[in-house]
Amino acid sequence: MILSFNDVGYTYHTKDGETNAIEHMSFGIERGQFASLIGPSGCGKTTILSLTAGLLKPSSGEIRRENAEFGYMLQRDALFPWRTVEANIFLPLEVKNRNTPEMRENALRLAEKYGLKDFLKKKPNELSGGMRQRVALIRTLAAQPDILLLDEPFSALDYQTRLKVCDDVQAIIKSEKKTAILVTHDMSEAIALSDKVIVLSSRPATVVAEHIIDFGDNTPKSRRECPEFSQTFEVLRSELGL
Amino acid sequence: MKNANYSKEHLLYLRKNRRYKIIINVVRVGLLACILGIWELLAHYKVIDSFITSSPSRVVKTLQDLYANGTLFKHVGITLMETMVGFVIAVVLGYTIAVLLYMSDAAHKVFEPYIVVLNALPKIALGPLIIIWMGTGYPAIIFMTVIVAIIVCIMNTLTGFLSVDKTMLTLMQAMGAKKHVILFKLIIPASVPSLINTLKVAVGLAWIGSVMGEYVSSRAGLGYLIVYGGQVFKLDLVMTSTFILCILAGGMYGIIALIEKKLTK
Repeated sequence: MILSFNDVGYTYHTKDGETNAIEHMSFGIERGQFASLIGPSGCGKTTILSLTAGLLKPSSGEIRRENAEFGYMLQRDALFPWRTVEANIFLPLEVKNRNTPEMRENALRLAEKYGLKDFLKKKPNELSGGMRQRVALIRTLAAQPDILLLDEPFSALDYQTRLKVCDDVQAIIKSEKKTAILVTHDMSEAIALSDKVIVLSSRPATVVAEHIIDFGDNTPKSRRECPEFSQTFEVLRSELGL
Repeated sequence: MKNANYSKEHLLYLRKNRRYKIIINVVRVGLLACILGIWELLAHYKVIDSFITSSPSRVVKTLQDLYANGTLFKHVGITLMETMVGFVIAVVLGYTIAVLLYMSDAAHKVFEPYIVVLNALPKIALGPLIIIWMGTGYPAIIFMTVIVAIIVCIMNTLTGFLSVDKTMLTLMQAMGAKKHVILFKLIIPASVPSLINTLKVAVGLAWIGSVMGEYVSSRAGLGYLIVYGGQVFKLDLVMTSTFILCILAGGMYGIIALIEKKLTK
């Protein structure tokens, strides 16, 4: 287990009172697994990611993680418009004080491998939405994280771009053999991308069910074409109470 | 590559664009020429009393006189120096204060009401105090310039800092960036457009500050010439000084516009 939640709870404190965001949450994720957390919107998915990354401390219970480095990918690409694509990719290296020639070379190798070679000197606003999201992924990978935390990274894209970027991101993460945790409220996205789907209840969030998904040949496209796809979709739907 | 492959429609579009630009410029210059022309004619035919309203030709004559007796550049130089020095101090100090307030949320909260009150206060009310504290020389006028411009510098800069994209902020925090790293890698570069806007506002305020300072107390400068000209009813001098101020203020604004072009390219 690269990451495990054991009976984790988290409570938000604000001026107006306290909110139980998460209660009795337990799940585990294996190294190399692509896991999705799905749940109704506002159920505290982002809180779970923040807990995972250690940005928040759990109010109760325990989170165990192997010595693992995290990389975040957010809803919007958040590329810095004043930096070139290349400089954007180097950003995590600068921030984490690992701006060594080897790390930069590695980042550039990734960028070239995944088709950004011709865009390195361009500014982000010269790129399409899908391309920008790819840059954001390479930026996340540049610091060589063990676990990628994906916070609805496709939700800002239009449907067609979304399908494409979805496949793209999954393929890159698989070929780099990274562990990934995706939070989403899109059931078909979760089924198409992940090895494991964890279904959450509405607030306070807790685990409703877990599914191992292994049909198709592990590409989102083949998954969507499998007859099991719509069955799993129906199961998730009833579990989410939709 | 350029021009060669453009379609006929595109060339037509470009020509239309260019023509529109030319028309705008011609009308701009024409409007000024019209105003000056009517002013001159009305004064010439004594429809208006040029002793009170002056006239373009008298402004030109006054300019020549000032140039001939060697005081033109003295007055222009002094006001320009006061404005520039005050402007630079206000911007640099204002930016620094804004950075400090950004770095400490508590400091921001503590100083906010003070800044709001100082912003609303008509700075000329401090005129007598400034004279008593700092005398009647340049330091007093530069001080006036700084206090007129600095509050807006602080407020605008801080607003620029605080309105940086929240997703980018989250990204930096998720990477484990410390606050000073966030400041240098994200906040400062992201707020360059707001800095330019601040400069544009500050340059105007610096002119207000320096001329106001010269009104309160001075022995030279364009503000001094305006006050003096008003007191002895030499309205040619008042108009001429105002005219020079227009050109200088426009010039300084132009320089900032050039900096903007360079920075945001």
